[in-house]
Amino acid sequence: MKFSDFIAAPALLPNLVSTSKETVIGELVDALVKSGNIPASDREDIIRAIMKREELGSTGIGRGVAVPHTKHVGVDRLVGTVGVSQEGIEFDSLDGHKAELFFLLVSPPDRPGDHLRALENISRQLRNDTFCRFLKQSKTGDDISQLLKEADDNHFGS
Amino acid sequence: MSQSLSTATVLVSNSQGLHMRPANLLATTASKFLSVVTLSREGQSVDCKSILGILTLGAFQGSQIEVLADGPDAEIAIATIVNLFQRGFDEPAE
Repeated sequence: MKFSDFIAAPALLPNLVSTSKETVIGELVDALVKSGNIPASDREDIIRAIMKREELGSTGIGRGVAVPHTKHVGVDRLVGTVGVSQEGIEFDSLDGHKAELFFLLVSPPDRPGDHLRALENISRQLRNDTFCRFLKQSKTGDDISQLLKEADDNHFGS
Repeated sequence: MSQSLSTATVLVSNSQGLHMRPANLLATTASKFLSVVTLSREGQSVDCKSILGILTLGAFQGSQIEVLADGPDAEIAIATIVNLFQRGFDEPAE
């Protein structure tokens, strides 16, 4: 599953302003509401579901990366966005470091395969230091878009 | 300490496959052992101590995984990892 299959380009956030776990999740979800990928009426519920998932175990998997996510009936297909925080945000990450790169995913409850394939793609790219560096250096939504497109074209190897 | 190599083949039984929660559980568990532990699927091998590595397998329900442990505690490492797979990572059945 390529990034272009599920990442909402208008919702990319290269300059996250939030400084806490809950507010950054809100900021990312708001971007998906604004882009029309999530119904506004489901905003609170989705944020709550993502926070609940975080309580089971942080999705800050280390190396400055976090993948907050949830299943929700409000979407009929997997949708996601990417955010970059220059300052980094405390995310209870497994290695104790702040998270700077965020991939937020919302998937329909009956499609676990899509979520897994998205995680497969995201993790493959995030293992590449060059990809992470370029993502951190992104200044605009277009920068991130371009980077994801290059990743989809297998620019960074696997 | 003597080196030993231990292998096993397991199936991914839980409905959501090796998503983040099982990957975290596997990585945390494998990291407790001295042995090198790898998971392989269809020719791709990853370090079982790395969550990102495990996620790159994209192993859905029904996938066959070869587990390999190499080191002084290889046998207990294999047994523990195999047990996690057999328990479906304690995920609720859906």
